[in-house]
Amino acid sequence: MSDFPFLDVAIFVPLGGAVLIGLIPKDRHDVIRWASLFVTLAAFAVTLGVLVNFETSSADFQLGSQAEWIKDWGISYSTGIDGISLFMVMLTSFLMPLCVLVSWRIETRVKPYFIFLLALETGMLGVFSALDMFLFYLFWEASLVPMYFLIGMWGYQNRLYAAMKFFLFTLVGSLLMLVAILFLYFAAGDPSFGYRELLGTPLALDTQRLLFLAFFASFAVKVPLVPLHTWLPDAHTEAPTAGSVMLAAVLLKMGAYGLIRFGIPLFPDAARELVPVIMGLAIVGIIYGALVAAMQKDLKRLIAYSSVAHLGFVVLGIFVGSLQGMSGGILQMVNHGLSTGALFMLVGMLYDRRHTRQIADFGGLGKSAPIIAGLFLFVALSSIGLPGLNGFVGEFLILVGTYVRYSWWVVPATFGVVLAAIYLLWAYQRVFQGPLTSEPNRTMPDINVREVIMLAPLLALIVFIGVYPKPFLDRINPSAEKVVRQLNDSSVIPQEGLAGEVP
Amino acid sequence: MTFAASTLPTDEATFAQLIFGAPLLGAVLLLFFGKRLGKLSGIIGSATVGIAFVFGVLSFMDLTSIATGHGENARVLTKSWFTWIEVGDFNVHMSLVIDQLSIVMVFVITGVGFLIHVYSIGYMSSEENYGRFFAYLNLFIAAMLLLVLGDNLLVMFIGWEGVGLCSYLLIGFWFEDRANATAAKKAFVVNRIGDFSFLLGIFLLAVSAGTLTFAGINESAVSGAIGGSMATVGALLLFGGAAGKSAQIPLYVWLPDAMAGPTPVSALIHAATMVTAGVYMVARTFPLFEAASFDVLLLVAWVGGATAVITAIVAAAEYDIKKILAYSTISQLGYMFLALGVGAYSIAIFHLVTHAFFKALMFLGSGSVMHALDGETDVRRMGGLRKVMPITGWTFMMGWLAICGIVPFSGFFSKDAILAGAWADGQYVLWGLGVATAALTAFYMSRLYLRVFEGGVVMPEGTHAHDAPPTMAAALIPLGILSLAAGALNFPGGLTFEHFLEPVLGEPEVAHGLTAWLLGGAATVVAVGGIAVAWALYLRAGGLQVRDRTERMLGPAVRAARNKLYVDRTYETLILQPGRDLAVFCTEVVDRKIIDGAVNGTGKLVAGSSELLRRLQTGYVRNYAAAFLVGVVVVFSILIVRVAA
Repeated sequence: MSDFPFLDVAIFVPLGGAVLIGLIPKDRHDVIRWASLFVTLAAFAVTLGVLVNFETSSADFQLGSQAEWIKDWGISYSTGIDGISLFMVMLTSFLMPLCVLVSWRIETRVKPYFIFLLALETGMLGVFSALDMFLFYLFWEASLVPMYFLIGMWGYQNRLYAAMKFFLFTLVGSLLMLVAILFLYFAAGDPSFGYRELLGTPLALDTQRLLFLAFFASFAVKVPLVPLHTWLPDAHTEAPTAGSVMLAAVLLKMGAYGLIRFGIPLFPDAARELVPVIMGLAIVGIIYGALVAAMQKDLKRLIAYSSVAHLGFVVLGIFVGSLQGMSGGILQMVNHGLSTGALFMLVGMLYDRRHTRQIADFGGLGKSAPIIAGLFLFVALSSIGLPGLNGFVGEFLILVGTYVRYSWWVVPATFGVVLAAIYLLWAYQRVFQGPLTSEPNRTMPDINVREVIMLAPLLALIVFIGVYPKPFLDRINPSAEKVVRQLNDSSVIPQEGLAGEVP
Repeated sequence: MTFAASTLPTDEATFAQLIFGAPLLGAVLLLFFGKRLGKLSGIIGSATVGIAFVFGVLSFMDLTSIATGHGENARVLTKSWFTWIEVGDFNVHMSLVIDQLSIVMVFVITGVGFLIHVYSIGYMSSEENYGRFFAYLNLFIAAMLLLVLGDNLLVMFIGWEGVGLCSYLLIGFWFEDRANATAAKKAFVVNRIGDFSFLLGIFLLAVSAGTLTFAGINESAVSGAIGGSMATVGALLLFGGAAGKSAQIPLYVWLPDAMAGPTPVSALIHAATMVTAGVYMVARTFPLFEAASFDVLLLVAWVGGATAVITAIVAAAEYDIKKILAYSTISQLGYMFLALGVGAYSIAIFHLVTHAFFKALMFLGSGSVMHALDGETDVRRMGGLRKVMPITGWTFMMGWLAICGIVPFSGFFSKDAILAGAWADGQYVLWGLGVATAALTAFYMSRLYLRVFEGGVVMPEGTHAHDAPPTMAAALIPLGILSLAAGALNFPGGLTFEHFLEPVLGEPEVAHGLTAWLLGGAATVVAVGGIAVAWALYLRAGGLQVRDRTERMLGPAVRAARNKLYVDRTYETLILQPGRDLAVFCTEVVDRKIIDGAVNGTGKLVAGSSELLRRLQTGYVRNYAAAFLVGVVVVFSILIVRVAA
């Protein structure tokens, strides 16, 4: 079975599905919904083939394919995954069917909605699988467009402003990246867009710096790193629930993924030089995101700012230069996707019922909807980093990995853990505790079957990773180690004998 | 700096996972089916804890059947499940350890825990969310057992956070009342500050000891592999965690508020078990504290001693029956840290055990009083209740005499041993603090007991006091007996308890001969003195006038004590308000004005000159496609130029 191109099929199943859905009459809403669910489930099933056939202990690219595309220009269709992209692909395909369930109640322009959602999935899967810079850029942009429309057409009151902000921020970033890609293309001895061919292209340090900064700009906006983050709360708040889920769970990870996949390996010397700056930004993000989150009056904005804090942890882990940090950072990308995805689903459920996201409009819901309350608390605790749930494993590894290299930096980063408890529990208190004061809150219905089905897989994974992260870490470690070595392999950072480093 | 990867330890403790598994299973069962199980929930909840106790007994027998030597020959039983986290050379296993120390804790947790579960069957019988209550209670027991059974700091930390979570859930059990929800959050957050310190300690030890197992850390501490200064910082950081969980200065402020939870919760979590976790942690890692180049242990002793005295003063000014007991708990925990600090580790654990009995008893007794008086907690509205509710009254008396340290009640032996330990260690000032605390304790507990249970009958109007129903009495009576008799565990001359713990905690220095008698005598004298003063002020005719006069004389001091020494208010001004101000500044100024201002300004600049923004906004679909195409065209043009050249 391992000859079957699972990865490539997985990438294009959603796009093919989108085309087929295009053939369904637009007023057959239920058919469209079920077809979308089927397509996303099929894509997930194919990615399970990827997971099963993935060779655990290898750091090489696997399961992809390579084909000439535009030979004269050195463009190829080249795909493959390693331990870094594997779980990003899995996360994407895993969340998509759930997002279809989340979107079950969308009643306006149903057909284009699901077409965009499916196109988005192909874009995201492509981003994580592409090993050709041109192909990568294509998928990168291709994932931007559907998200732009999802926010702009199915979002809430301020959707146009939010969509435009999202679009401009990311576009400016990606144009810079495009220029850098082209420069790299020309700099390579034999003009090529192939990722593996471009690795190790000899570049003068100041060229590296410029190119790294161009890539970094694009990825830092996407992550987002403070102060490039202000598109995120607007985009999150205005996006429909499934849009918020995918935005937080996967699109932000494209930025972090880009840093690991391209930023460090292509320009290791420049990356190494900037480590203190990037770590500084990451830690500022952790504290700043948490402080601002605490002050939000809108639940979705609050969670959006919590993403800023959480992604700060991820970036910290990536750049700290220890295996624990890198593996923890990659695992935390998955964890944040699960926890924040679930939080947005829960907030979406509240919005469906009460048509508000304002914290002040709620209160006492633990009485009228105890199951929703319990699940919200559960997911919040995973986000806070309660040991035994997923978030702890990632955060712990990032922090211990930080301590190995830079003992003092770990202090403010760890303080972020205290702040997370403050803003999430405070939000929980104001929404779910206290007296039931208003009639709509008193009569708010609890969870329904569809919602149980869409949340249960997330909750199960949250527990599984918390208790037994080994299957994940075993697959992440070899590839993570490779990148850590690229980041450290010089005398710019004094070597303290990296823990877990293979000679 | 490297980690030392370790292999999974051997697997020989047959019952360890069952001790922890039984209540966990109960918690899961009750969480999902609690509503449907109805009144069965209480029975299931209690039974799982009872089963855990039985497995504890079996483990104890296992442990005593193997040769238990001293020092390096000490034997322990370990239970390994699987490797939890493994990255490079850093790994942590899910494994448990049964040794003399953990088994004592298991007995306290499951023993006292079982009685409190049984008590709750009666106490919570009219509660709507009966099943959920027992689910949380079972989850707490499971987490607490994991905390004491874990063979490394990180597994302990799972339990540590788990009990914190259950404490949060149970303090806020009646969350419709905003004050309860706030108290719950305060407890969680203040504990998190302690955990912040604990976590930093874990990082430091993971790297400087290369491992997180207690055996490994203690070994590196003894061998000097962890340098003196690293050991100092590590021990200080761990103690920071302990001070949070065990409510010591400066982190004790959450515990009085935690009384918002149902009373069985206060008895189980906030008196007998969870709050002693810090004491357990320091005892578990004492070689690290001893290896520190700076005398961290002395600091531990002083924090304990100061906490003991100061909170005893506040307790003497409180009128809320549960708050008095809460401050008393903090004060008694201070005693335990004092004992740890003077190197009397097994004595600290001994006091932990006796305190678990008598304090749980008094909390449950106060619950019985509140149950009878429709939730009344003000001691000024109670009196002579022993005549109305004899079981509660008589058992409470056992607890009262135990905490006052009257021979032969259990508290006498453990408290006396602590004072003797301080003396033997040459810490005479600390000994003085301990004696002062003993006097204050005898005073405020007598003030509570005599007011509530002796003298003429006083009850709030309209209440019909009744004694504890059978399930509640079933917990009060055994705890009463234990409060009376638990001193026999470590009777001078035999010292069974100390000897039992010796393989883990070593032999404490104690006073001998005449000194021992004199110290015991002194402790007894101040205890009797405290009781006598309380009697004179609160029970004797004319006591009221004396009381008024004293209060006027001590004016500002009494006012300060009634205001909890202004500690909460100080934190509010010094930490919380500046924190909020900073958050508001980040939100309103940095985020909205500076960053977004710049973004929107740029947007307007572009839009103003070219009307780009307006056009993009009106025909955004078409225009985006156009922009994208333009981009692609540009790329291709450059490519063409390049290839052609």
